[in-house]
Amino acid sequence: MKTLRLERLGWIFMRLSGVVLIALIFTHLTVNLMQDGGVKAIDFAFVAGKLANPFWQWFDTALLWLALIHGTNGMRVVIQDYVLRPRLRKVLLTLLAVSTVTLIVLGTLVIFTLDPCPAGTPADLLPSFCPAV
Amino acid sequence: MVDTAARETRTVIRGTLYRGHEGMWSWVLHRITGIAIYFFLLVHVLDTATVRLDPEIYNTVMGAYKTPLMGLGEAGLVAAIIFHALNGLRIILVDYTKWGTRYQKVMFYVVLALWVVLMAGFLPRHLAHVFAG
Ligand code: HEM
Repeated sequence: MKTLRLERLGWIFMRLSGVVLIALIFTHLTVNLMQDGGVKAIDFAFVAGKLANPFWQWFDTALLWLALIHGTNGMRVVIQDYVLRPRLRKVLLTLLAVSTVTLIVLGTLVIFTLDPCPAGTPADLLPSFCPAV
Repeated sequence: MVDTAARETRTVIRGTLYRGHEGMWSWVLHRITGIAIYFFLLVHVLDTATVRLDPEIYNTVMGAYKTPLMGLGEAGLVAAIIFHALNGLRIILVDYTKWGTRYQKVMFYVVLALWVVLMAGFLPRHLAHVFAG
């Protein structure tokens, strides 16, 4: 009974987060691939410029958490569908959980602790708002 | 001459909702694209994390994404994402509407059509970025 309720919660989460992720990922791809220069325009200055803005900090946090949890729940179902040997299944599910938690913590730390103007870096690598030294 | 047993088996298979039909292909594609996107996301959070190390390191890592081969890989990734997103919406409509099951086949072709339209908007611009200079 309890697992069934949990399974139902996961089922609803996949649908809700899926709809939100469409908006987040299409925006992410438009900003990062469709702007002038596309993928070639992505460098430290571009990313530091974005992440200096609280809007993009929270946008990326939502993207990070939702995409990883949505993807992890999907992979859990795939593993449970194909891996029937109990030990191997347990190992893979544990690896999946550990990597997800690790990436969520790492990614969140990156978003909120990035220094956009690190000392000792040539100005042409930095966002234009960094004070000239 | 086809023997009757084989013909009957085929009839039975043709009578199911999933096997060999739009319902099956949409499911297979949804699963394959989902798994591919998940593994990209694992790598992607790590490559983004190098932005926290040092501007020059991040720029070098991003350089790997700017080669022609990776440019084609990004096109494939976006193709997978657009399909997964649109087909995910189709799954939600099948689950939550009264008419969804009846029109699931039609909606699969709508998904393919919208996929073509969105790719036509994305691909030329992306390839121009990747292959121009
Ligand atoms: C080729 C396509 C993609 C490119 C060029 C790209 C580029 C980038 C860049 C430059 C960043 C740094 C921060 C920012 O710009 O907001 C970033 C962060 C991020 N991207 Fe993407 N991205 C792509 C596809 C995706 C996809 C498909 C997903 C989700 C499934 C995704 C999820 C994320 C997440 C969660 C972050 C934040 C990671 C962190 O700060 O730890 N990206 N991406």
